[in-house]
Amino acid sequence: MSKRKMNWYKYAAPANFYPIAGKMIPVFTVLTVLLFVVGLYVGFFIAPTDFQQGESYRIIFIHVPAAWMGMFLYVLMALYAGVGWAFNARLGSMMATAISTTGAIFTFISLVTGSLWGRPAWGVYWVWDARMTSTLILMFLYIGFISLQSSIDDPRRADRAGAVLALVGLINVPIIYFSVQWWNSLHQGSTITAKSFKMAPSMLAAMLILLGACWMYSIAVVLTRLRYIIREREHEAPWLAEAVV
Amino acid sequence: MSASYQTMFGWIVWRDLILAWRRRADVLATLFFFIIVTSLFPLGIGPEPQTLRTIAPGIVWVAALLASMLSLGRIFGNDYQDGTLEQLLLTPQPTYFVVLGKVLAHWLVSEVPLVIIAPVLGLQFGLSQNSLAIVVVSLLLGTPVLSLIGSIGAALTLGLRAANVLVALLVLPLYIPVLIFGTGAIEAAVNGTTTQPWLLLLGATLVLALVFAPWATSAALRISVE
Repeated sequence: MSKRKMNWYKYAAPANFYPIAGKMIPVFTVLTVLLFVVGLYVGFFIAPTDFQQGESYRIIFIHVPAAWMGMFLYVLMALYAGVGWAFNARLGSMMATAISTTGAIFTFISLVTGSLWGRPAWGVYWVWDARMTSTLILMFLYIGFISLQSSIDDPRRADRAGAVLALVGLINVPIIYFSVQWWNSLHQGSTITAKSFKMAPSMLAAMLILLGACWMYSIAVVLTRLRYIIREREHEAPWLAEAVV
Repeated sequence: MSASYQTMFGWIVWRDLILAWRRRADVLATLFFFIIVTSLFPLGIGPEPQTLRTIAPGIVWVAALLASMLSLGRIFGNDYQDGTLEQLLLTPQPTYFVVLGKVLAHWLVSEVPLVIIAPVLGLQFGLSQNSLAIVVVSLLLGTPVLSLIGSIGAALTLGLRAANVLVALLVLPLYIPVLIFGTGAIEAAVNGTTTQPWLLLLGATLVLALVFAPWATSAALRISVE
């Protein structure tokens, strides 16, 4: 065994992770601001106007990253919750709780921006399109997770119950997605899909940079929330009194 | 010597059926809820036969979803309060079969009456005989899934404040595939196209739920009872 080998399990203990998270947050905050500034600049000043949709397409620069984040974060949340439950690692469960709010917010943003974009692009705020419908259902899954956890007083039970729900939801997500797609093709009449939308390289670049910005934002915010959760739950631990002076 | 799990399973189903029989009013309340909800829609939407026929599949299924929601608290609620549930979890037989027995009893008591009354309600909406048969078949395949998935929500919310509302928030989004497949089958029957793919999908969902849901419910029960 070489001495260099780090013991990663060490950071599964809230007492060890708390200070590290505190050091990581400023880094990710700076990255968030940087990427947002660059991404928004590219998105607003460099990316060309779309010849079909005019300027209104620019909402995708926030809409698409938000929609992706909403989905990624659900998977991440379920995995953390599962790890926390299976290995009795309370930091994992705390992480899942911290992620849930951010994921719900991103899903909400993608729904709102999607309907704002739908108005100029399709003429209506809402269509029961397969993707919008499944995003809406994803929002419901987040709401279920958050309300289950917040109505259980015992944090350990809240962690585990949340894990069961998140994992059941995770198995259900593909089933829901495909069922909504089939449902949608059943009611073809009401479907309006975006016409073939070719992206200029600078559009794609802006979107990817903003996706990065959303990732960095999520990490910074989740870690901040995680620190609050640790402080709330471990408020009797002696190490915390030393860490928080 | 401990009883085999088949015997255990039989006992649990039988016990829950007897308990339900002694509280017939609860069972009937769910049934009447289903009848009243489906009858409200024509009053709200208007007596136009063509419209009613179009919306019938959705109404029957949504009403079935809501009605099954009402009775979910009863699967484990009473046993949790008087401590029976703890004893059931301590038995040497696998919890999977305990859960499956209770879910089967719940289905027989709360869902089967809905399936039986559904064709009569379908008549209110002017569905043809062929469509009525599909209503029954789709409900027969779909309602066990409602009980199975619902049992997860019921187990997770045991003993919580506002458990009834919470269980709806947790479980209704998970019911969506069943709703889509079930209404799809009835709609196909109304439109005269093939219903087989929808029924097969419902069957597949049932098989999946049978394998996984009691397992998740067992895990949730252990978390809640601890």
